[in-house]
Amino acid sequence: MTTPLIEIRDVGHQFRVKSGLFAQPKRIVAVDGVSLSLPAGGVLGVVGESGCGKSTLAKIILGLIEPSAGEVLIDGRRLDGLDRRERARLIQPVFQDPYSSLNPRRRVRDIVGVPLVAQGGIADGEIRRRVDAMLARVGLDPELGERQPAELSGGQRQRVAIARALVLHPRIVVCDEPTSALDVSVQAQILNLLAELRRELGLSYLFISHNLAVVEHVASEVAVMYLGRIVERAETETLFRAPRHPYTKALLASVLTPEPGLGIPDTELGDTMPDPANIPPGCRFHPRCPAAIDRCRSDAPMPRRDRRGLAECHLVEMA
Amino acid sequence: MTALLEVEGLEISFGSLAAVRGASLQVNKGETHCLVGESGCGKSVTALSIMGLLARNGRRDARVLRFDGTDLLALNERAMSRLRGNRLAMIFQEPMTSLNPAYTVGSQMIEVMQRHRGATRAAALARAEELLARVRITSPGMRLGQYPHQLSGGLRQRVMIAMALMCSPELLIADEPTTALDVTVQAQILRLLSDLQKDLGLAILLITHDLGVVARTAHRVSVMYAGEVVESAPVAQLFTKPMHPYTRGLLDCVPVPGKVRRDQPLGSIPGMVPRMTQSFRGCAFVERCTLARPDCAGEIVRHRLAAQHDYLCQIPPDRVTAP
Ligand SMILES: Nc1ncnc2c1ncn2[C@@H]1O[C@H](COP(=O)(O)OP(=O)(O)OP(=O)(O)O)[C@@H](O)[C@H]1O
Ligand SMILES: Nc1ncnc2c1ncn2[C@@H]1O[C@H](COP(=O)(O)OP(=O)(O)OP(=O)(O)O)[C@@H](O)[C@H]1O
Ligand code: SF4
Ligand SMILES: [Mg+2]
Ligand SMILES: [Mg+2]
Repeated sequence: MTTPLIEIRDVGHQFRVKSGLFAQPKRIVAVDGVSLSLPAGGVLGVVGESGCGKSTLAKIILGLIEPSAGEVLIDGRRLDGLDRRERARLIQPVFQDPYSSLNPRRRVRDIVGVPLVAQGGIADGEIRRRVDAMLARVGLDPELGERQPAELSGGQRQRVAIARALVLHPRIVVCDEPTSALDVSVQAQILNLLAELRRELGLSYLFISHNLAVVEHVASEVAVMYLGRIVERAETETLFRAPRHPYTKALLASVLTPEPGLGIPDTELGDTMPDPANIPPGCRFHPRCPAAIDRCRSDAPMPRRDRRGLAECHLVEMA
Repeated sequence: MTALLEVEGLEISFGSLAAVRGASLQVNKGETHCLVGESGCGKSVTALSIMGLLARNGRRDARVLRFDGTDLLALNERAMSRLRGNRLAMIFQEPMTSLNPAYTVGSQMIEVMQRHRGATRAAALARAEELLARVRITSPGMRLGQYPHQLSGGLRQRVMIAMALMCSPELLIADEPTTALDVTVQAQILRLLSDLQKDLGLAILLITHDLGVVARTAHRVSVMYAGEVVESAPVAQLFTKPMHPYTRGLLDCVPVPGKVRRDQPLGSIPGMVPRMTQSFRGCAFVERCTLARPDCAGEIVRHRLAAQHDYLCQIPPDRVTAP
């Protein structure tokens, strides 16, 4: 078997939050015992509740947050053993917000060149050449290279972010909601671009999004997160055709297709919301689970896998 | 149906940039009016101008701008600030621009209510906690003591929604209110807004890129392109009989769950919105339009398909091919 490009084992992270002068600091469990792997050339979609830890997981994989537990291997090597320059050549981010993720006071060309400059020892002429090539590759007029981010549209800014992420020819791009700040026509342009670049440059993506139709379109495999854990994982077609975990089912049932007259679906998840500062005993989804049985309230399900994928629920029958 | 908000011939400019060019729309009591359109077409500045919150370099002009019969064009800043956050509330597109990073969520939420309603601190806090719970935030007490940067994107968004509801507004302008939320929370928030609408007759002007949200919540939809309302129709009409070539292109770009194919490009509209100046004549979509013809550079006709459905395009209804 070939080494997966990303392999993470039992990774966890907690934040401490003070809630008032005299209160005990609370611990927020953002990521809890997550294991996953991304094969070369794959696109792993990550979906899940707001606040379930997707961005924290992305930042851990990028080396921006040091996890409180577990290990992260990038291309078979421990993340904490790679120096910053090596890491930058392997893995790069594209974040949600094209407004705040680009330095407003620099020219586009300089922003795209940052990773090259940070490598050190690359001649100015070479940097210029590679930046120009990259700008052209993401569909930006070289003339735009002289402008500042404020003078660009949202879609153009996201292209700049993609150009910056790709200029070192990394092998993995972590996309954290790369199109959720964009309108659908620009989103379609960016998704088409990402797909083209993946085929041409042999990239692999970790792709986080709330938009399930987008994930269905881009991902080869999908992981569903809930309160810091991966509760289901399967190949994209399998997951969308036959979701097994009750949370995945609720998620798919909540998708608003563009069909007028159908109204807003009832999620049937009740009124209690997941609280990362207060993880319930048993299955952490049980307070909201429409299918929960007694056992779910006391007994935490273990992740189990079969050929259809992985699920963490007492009621899922394994094949 | 009573009009709560009436906008006619709205013009907004920033120096030589004509951001909004003669836009008209109406929001009725108890109704959700969705505003969609490509990035930069002027949706947010339209909303901000209604609130009287345009940036200093922006200029606003309109034939009519009325809220519940009151002429907003004639109000001074003091009178306007009495309405704002009170009878007229807005959820901003960028949570971090409207949440002050230096103050806790709680202190920002209670401030509005103390100012407009003269509420006591305790009463305002209780209301804040109740609303945080209603937008499905757990441990609302703890969240009140947190600073904006300590919240996930989705939590911040819900705080903004709760804050806008503090004084029970009559008109809520919501600029991409559920973009940062996962679909289950999105569904819950949209149901909450629709309940408020039924109970209190709340009128909502909803700006969104998500055509699924539009289809499921709107009574009426207006599509903007380069500062103009290029099509306006009741929601079912817009989805079944889109007339403007831009609207039709837009509907093609939407990845529809269960119908998308991996490794096949999505429909998209090549090119981008042009920068508009006051002197521009003709149709702004012409360079991207597959149906364009020579007279698209001239004065554009607003065709009427039904009493409530009109669009701004040279091509008459019988020449627009079926979708
Ligand atoms: N710097 C921080 N300090 C304290 N808590 C934090 C911090 N960053 C994130 N958290 C908390 O960790 C949890 C997970 O946050 P994260 O941003 O990873 O969620 P997410 O899945 O990306 O959510 P969203 O879909 O809303 O972006 C949340 O409860 C959040 O409030
Ligand atoms: N303060 C400002 N100064 C100069 N130009 C501005 C200002 N605010 C907005 N604009 C310009 O006005 C136009 C309309 O902007 P607006 O924010 O309303 O777009 P939008 O339709 O809300 O787009 P999006 O979907 O990306 O939010 C854009 O070209 C924008 O760059
Ligand atoms: S284990 Fe029980 S509570 Fe958890 S998801 Fe499965 S059925 Fe629901
Ligand atoms: Mg996130
Ligand atoms: Mg906007």
